[in-house]
Amino acid sequence: MATKPVPKIMQQGKVTPYYYLAPALVLMFFFIVYPMVNTIALSFRDKTGIQSAATTCTPGKPCWGSFENYHYALTAEFDTSSAATIWKTFWLSSYGNTIKWIIFMVAFTVIIGLVFAKIVDGIKYEALSKAILFMPMAISFVGAGVIWKFVYNYGSQQIQVGLLNAIITSLGGKPISFLTTPVLNTFMLIIVGIWIWTGFCMTILSSALKSVPDEILEAARVDGATEWRVFTKIIIPIIMPTILVVITTMVINVLKLFDLVYVMTGGNFNTDVIANRMYTEMYINFNMGRGTAVAVILVIAIIPFIYMNIKRFLAQEEMR
Amino acid sequence: MNKQKLNHFFAKIPKNALIVFIILIWIIPTFGLLVTSLRPIQSINNSGWWTALNPAVGSKEYAQNCEACHGKNGDLIPTANLADPDLIKKYDRSVLMMPSLKREINGQPHMGNQEIPDAKVVADIVVYLKNISGVEKMPRFTFNNYLDALVGYRGTRTYAQDCADGTPPLDIKCNISDILNPRGMGRSFVNSLMVTIPATILPILFAAFAGYAFSWMHFKGRMLLFAVLVGLQVVPLQMTMVPISRIYSQLGMNGTFLGVWLFHTGFGLPYAIYLMRNFLGSLPKDLFESAYLDGASHWTAFYKLAIPLAMPAIASLGIFQFLWVWNDLLVALVFLGGTKPVMTYQISNMVSSLGAGWHLLTAAAFLSMLLPMIVFFSLQRYFVRGMMAGAVKG
Repeated sequence: MATKPVPKIMQQGKVTPYYYLAPALVLMFFFIVYPMVNTIALSFRDKTGIQSAATTCTPGKPCWGSFENYHYALTAEFDTSSAATIWKTFWLSSYGNTIKWIIFMVAFTVIIGLVFAKIVDGIKYEALSKAILFMPMAISFVGAGVIWKFVYNYGSQQIQVGLLNAIITSLGGKPISFLTTPVLNTFMLIIVGIWIWTGFCMTILSSALKSVPDEILEAARVDGATEWRVFTKIIIPIIMPTILVVITTMVINVLKLFDLVYVMTGGNFNTDVIANRMYTEMYINFNMGRGTAVAVILVIAIIPFIYMNIKRFLAQEEMR
Repeated sequence: MNKQKLNHFFAKIPKNALIVFIILIWIIPTFGLLVTSLRPIQSINNSGWWTALNPAVGSKEYAQNCEACHGKNGDLIPTANLADPDLIKKYDRSVLMMPSLKREINGQPHMGNQEIPDAKVVADIVVYLKNISGVEKMPRFTFNNYLDALVGYRGTRTYAQDCADGTPPLDIKCNISDILNPRGMGRSFVNSLMVTIPATILPILFAAFAGYAFSWMHFKGRMLLFAVLVGLQVVPLQMTMVPISRIYSQLGMNGTFLGVWLFHTGFGLPYAIYLMRNFLGSLPKDLFESAYLDGASHWTAFYKLAIPLAMPAIASLGIFQFLWVWNDLLVALVFLGGTKPVMTYQISNMVSSLGAGWHLLTAAAFLSMLLPMIVFFSLQRYFVRGMMAGAVKG
């Protein structure tokens, strides 16, 4: 493991470093490490946190003993009468929705971000265009939720004050209740997520684009490569490590996404996601055991990314 | 313009069209919110924000059906002066107006040989007449929504009207103290500030200490500890809330600012330390070496050398953490709830409660975005840097 050498003369005292570290370490231990362990323990208990989760089993139904909360968390949303119904209900459950979120949100934020970064590169209003795309990052998910709820507004009367339905009706279509129509509504929420996060991807990818050496691009152009080939065969492979970092960051962000769903639909109408389900179990149904079990599942989904983060960090340290 | 230049110009059109298209999608929803928040409540519910500059409601209908006899200003017939508020008050709804249109006047049908318009048109005409007679003035734009949102007014008219008539709802006093009404955005603005400022300063302070130790001090397990810290950055908030809220309720700390400050500090630290350590660690080694050779202690090197040099990093971190905490909903929801509502909490409550219409919601949302927007547009450079430095955050 790489250790940055500290000059000999600065190695004063064995205790001194801990004076500097103590406040941060204590706080992080108390607010992150200890609660994580405690959360895992609670996920094996009932809603009061005292009795074992095994006591919550319904007689005559399958029971997973101490893992009963996980049994609930993993299967309660599915209709298990046949394989077909499991498949169908899976894609309407918080898990299926989270997968939809990951696939579509990550794909679109990265692609739109990359394309936008490329086409505004070097134009006169580059800074302004990028600021506009990045602006949603500064406002809250709650604010963004209100903005888009208004865009999606569905008027039961003749007048549509929501922009999208006004466009649809002016083209002769029937107004759609975007947020209550299952399957469609999750995608409408994902659009809001894309609107918020594209600026973030764009900014990081833009700085990666700018770091690609001009000589390589010029050489390819002199050899007669089209702009499209230069972009796909040279630029993208060079910035691939950055693209991967952006993708992993986005996956983590999506897994933790809560506010948007909470504000726009409350997880109703089959729009639930894992992070919101945890909140619902915990603070609306007041079932601590089930809520923590969902949280543990969430963290298990994130563990590969924790590992990747640490690995990337260690690789960076080697290069310092 | 020669041919080559012209070709070049046309070749750029699809690209520029795409840029403009994307930018419009990014601007229009927010712009629509802003315009809506500035329109009077009746207009918001009767027409889309993009019609805000259209002729006033009912003006077209009035011109078609009434203008020929009553005149442009409604005062052409002295015995039926439509600009007279006392007269219009008797007909201030379409069901009251309709019979008078069907009634005969001086033995002639009211509308002559014209067809009597349907209820929808009459309703629009009523709105128009109320507007020109001054019974219910409807300006194109107004700040009333902002005032209503700030003081938490939930009545059926506007705060200004109710207070002028002396008929405010129970929780409104019509003086400056209304700004701190628990239901209003004014109060929650103050609460948001109360939460955000310490929750920004504390993690930066502790992270500066720890970041210094990680970069310029030698101790056992330094790298290991730091690698753990990198991992902690992505732990989801959800994973730690339940035990903390249990402990807080035992200590009576649920619903206190202190509890939220500490929680945000604990959670913000891994990222903050990571950023501080990367910045401090990249400072030249000679600088610190010579300071020690001159007899400086760690403490002097820390606050006389490291802190001043780290100001750009501190600014980035400060803005990032400020916006993070300001925009947070989950922590506020769980640890503060309704006892000390912050802005995000208040808005999310208004979304689900039936009492708040779009006029309040749009104004409230814009109020909550005001400070982040100012911070973003004035300090964008630092914010982007703070966000990108780690690229990941709990």
